[in-house]
Amino acid sequence: MGKKAIESVQQSIKPPIAQVGLIGWARTNLFNGWLNSLLTLVMLYILWQIIPSFVRWAFINSHWISTSEQCRDSAGACWSIIPANIRFITFGFFPHDQQLRPLVAMIILVVLLFYSQNRRHWKKSLGWAWMIGLFSMGLLMKGGLFGLASVESNEWGGLPLTLMLSVFGLTAAYPLGVILALGRQSKMRVVRLFCVVYIELIRGVPLISLLFMSSVVFPLFLPEGVTLNKIFRAQIAIILFTAAYVAEVVRGGLQGMSRGQFEAAESLGLNYYQTMRLIILPQALKMVIPPTVSVLISAFKDTSLVVIIALYDVLKTTQSVLSDPKWMGYSAEAYIFLGIVYFTCCFFMSNYSRRLERELYTGN
Amino acid sequence: MQIKDTETGEQGAQSAIPFWHDPGKRSIIFQVGVILLVGLLGYYLISNTLANLERQSIATGFGFVEKESSFEIGESLISYSAADSYGRALVVGVLNTLIVSFIGIVLTLFLGTLLGVARLSTNWLVSRLAAVYIEVFQDIPILLQLFFWYAFFYEVLPSPRQALHPFAGMFLCNRGLIFGIPEYHSAFKIMGFAFVAGCGIIYFIRRWARERQNKTGRDFPVFKISVGILIGLPLLVWLMAGAPSAMNVPVLKGFNFKGGVSITPEFAALLLGLVFYTAAFVAEVVRAGIQSVSRGQTEAAMAIGLKPGQVLNLVILPQALRVIIPPLTSQLLNLTKNSSLAVAIGYPDFVSVAGTTINQTGQAIEGVALIMTVYLCFSLTTSAFMNWYNKKIKLVER
Repeated sequence: MGKKAIESVQQSIKPPIAQVGLIGWARTNLFNGWLNSLLTLVMLYILWQIIPSFVRWAFINSHWISTSEQCRDSAGACWSIIPANIRFITFGFFPHDQQLRPLVAMIILVVLLFYSQNRRHWKKSLGWAWMIGLFSMGLLMKGGLFGLASVESNEWGGLPLTLMLSVFGLTAAYPLGVILALGRQSKMRVVRLFCVVYIELIRGVPLISLLFMSSVVFPLFLPEGVTLNKIFRAQIAIILFTAAYVAEVVRGGLQGMSRGQFEAAESLGLNYYQTMRLIILPQALKMVIPPTVSVLISAFKDTSLVVIIALYDVLKTTQSVLSDPKWMGYSAEAYIFLGIVYFTCCFFMSNYSRRLERELYTGN
Repeated sequence: MQIKDTETGEQGAQSAIPFWHDPGKRSIIFQVGVILLVGLLGYYLISNTLANLERQSIATGFGFVEKESSFEIGESLISYSAADSYGRALVVGVLNTLIVSFIGIVLTLFLGTLLGVARLSTNWLVSRLAAVYIEVFQDIPILLQLFFWYAFFYEVLPSPRQALHPFAGMFLCNRGLIFGIPEYHSAFKIMGFAFVAGCGIIYFIRRWARERQNKTGRDFPVFKISVGILIGLPLLVWLMAGAPSAMNVPVLKGFNFKGGVSITPEFAALLLGLVFYTAAFVAEVVRAGIQSVSRGQTEAAMAIGLKPGQVLNLVILPQALRVIIPPLTSQLLNLTKNSSLAVAIGYPDFVSVAGTTINQTGQAIEGVALIMTVYLCFSLTTSAFMNWYNKKIKLVER
């Protein structure tokens, strides 16, 4: 009865207006104390200085679809550089009449990625779907089978190249990284030594030195008469590089396994390979999914470094558009567009990894 | 059944366990196999390489280091000309890498800490803005950011004649950032000595203060005194030398500025890119470190009567730093490694100079080996420091 009375009193007295609603929110979050009030005002002033002029440049005075001549006369942004060159930026030197193929390949990849997002779909069939998907992507790019015209891989470029370098890079680097991590944890001294030296060596040098190596030293490693395409060489460098980072992530998972798991497996009579395949790896790999996604994100960002050895990934195609006298001087627009592309991809991936982290968190 | 068992048992005792069932022997065989495999692979690659080198008649060895480089380097900390040797060119490259990394690390630490603290601010606006900054700058490849800043210097900024002039003695234009510095005076050298001497004095004051606190329990304001000495001693020298205040201010002459110090667009773009990119990661590290210290620690420290400054210095920071330092060093190492991207915007760092050397001499293997060795040295030094630091701050449990 007393409880009811209190409730009715609570309902009848409304909280003071300065504590609820917009004003209350602003008071607790923006103006609690003189320091915070000062900070808020300074921030608002800075935003006031930046945002209106940016909006004027980017949206009000800007051109979206026009020729470069029309752009020259206006003070605003010239976004026209993107639609006018979108095909070259996305596909590079891929034969113009065949560009549907890389588009389909990219769509396959995106569909697969979106389908794999849901953990309920993680079954063996998904693995097969990925195998088939990756194979058909390669087929669509390379051609030469089923009536598709063959396209030399030095004509590959743009976004498909960026995506392929990162996706194939990670698919190949992952198993290699797991093996390296297992080797680093191994009781066999020689194996452990090799793995430690490899991992620390690769992690100690910048990716660009490996890419240099792929472009100038790899050809020397091959026997006479054998040549390897520049893209494949860069791909190998990326795989070797990413594997070392995957190995460190996986090692974290392996070290997180409790001793009891190994002992239980041993007492069941499982040998080393069975223990790893059936007991340890499934748990350890699951534990390190979030950091693995961050390795994927940095691998994706790092593929842009192939610009330096003159592969036409999406950054390089954009740059060559910018070196066209017609579109010279619109670097800011082009780079902002590209930044948005990269940001969208990475943002989705990092959000996804955060969600997975929450889902996989079992509370201990 | 029983008979059979004893029979096999006897057999087992006579002929030892087959070697493929003995883990010890098996692992030896496996390791020998691995060594053989790696050795064969190495032999294969080396023999191929030697054959290729001979066929293409490329010189081997590091003899080229002493030859004349005959290429110019845009900026250099030591005197260098095209007549100098490749060795000197490479040293110039290493120094350029070191200077950009060093300045980059200092600025990154500052900006990163600021952002990390801002991310945790109770001010909604500040914390949101920091979050947006962190997310955006983490998710855009560093190379793209470098290109952006480079284009910013060359396309957006005006020519020297219309240079931006934010405050006296400083100009911003497409030739870079030019600002005035004090005219050289012999007193500056003595001021430097005074500063070093101040550091020495502070070291002894700290030791004395700690001993006194251990004995008597009385606190000594070491920090305030240290700051006073570090600023006061050089200031005293400066005043005694008659307060030399002549400035070397840049002035526009013809198409460019004369006097002052100029920072090239390449250097500035590289620095901006590296600092803005790495600071986003450092901010996350700092945030995680501060959050790792539980609220109870602050409350307990306040409850035993420590002042806010002491709470931060004696309770929060020692615990937060233990979490922050390892990932922080790896981020700063990343900055050093990423500085190699300078080659893309034409700043002559080590990779860029080594790349030119490779192109001119054709000695790719030696060049790439040099690049890797130099960066490995950086990494190994850093991880040696890390191990020492970790050992030093490890929780000593009773």
